[in-house]
Amino acid sequence: MQAVTNHVFRALADPTRRAIFEHLSRDGEQTVHALTCRAGVSQPAVSKHLGVLKRAKLVRHRHEGRETHYRAQPDALAPMVDWLDQYGAFWRERFDQLENLLNRMDK
Amino acid sequence: MTDPAPTRTLVIEREMPHPPEKIWRALTEGQLIEEWLLKNDFQPVVGHRFSFRREPVGNWNGVIVCEVLVVELNSRLSYSWGAMGMETVVAWTLTPTEGGTRLRMEQSGFGPDREANYKGAKYGWKNFIDKLEHVVGGMV
Repeated sequence: MQAVTNHVFRALADPTRRAIFEHLSRDGEQTVHALTCRAGVSQPAVSKHLGVLKRAKLVRHRHEGRETHYRAQPDALAPMVDWLDQYGAFWRERFDQLENLLNRMDK
Repeated sequence: MTDPAPTRTLVIEREMPHPPEKIWRALTEGQLIEEWLLKNDFQPVVGHRFSFRREPVGNWNGVIVCEVLVVELNSRLSYSWGAMGMETVVAWTLTPTEGGTRLRMEQSGFGPDREANYKGAKYGWKNFIDKLEHVVGGMV
């Protein structure tokens, strides 16, 4: 679970990858060729970015003829959402503990 | 080409029946911090680098890497909070009230990276942001 979250954060930390992911989320399935035209970087670079997105399970691909088609898997963002929920819970709990401590500090 | 995204912020605010001076101690004295937050080597000195330590989880060693950014006695304290590949900033504000202090914690910079200029995509990000607002809204 933690490892998946790390993959998601790392994958989306890069602006080019984020643009690719957004593009796929917005416009649906695309070929590597079409993505390369939009990304403004070389095809090997796009393929490498897609590889990182794939490891984070943010995209899926399928082969058709000589083309590889990619599509976004927005569900893969779930770990990130969970992580934020956890942070909210973390701080609420710490606030409670802080209040307990303050009460104990009373003479 | 992209709109500057508003920074996603987690906010918790509580009114506490204690004077700011006392809360300040709990926020800035290492021993006291450990009692309610985490083990640490905090010093209330701007530029001081320190860490909080949580129990290791999975492939994360539990170390939160921090640097003190703001120290204003009894009123404002802020430090960076780097954990699990995310760099956020935690900012504390103490405002005296009639019955004590309003304590506010803001953790900002949530997102794939802090400098991100972000234009939300239709699907995942919408959910992500809705959920974040839900988290913030649920806080007392």
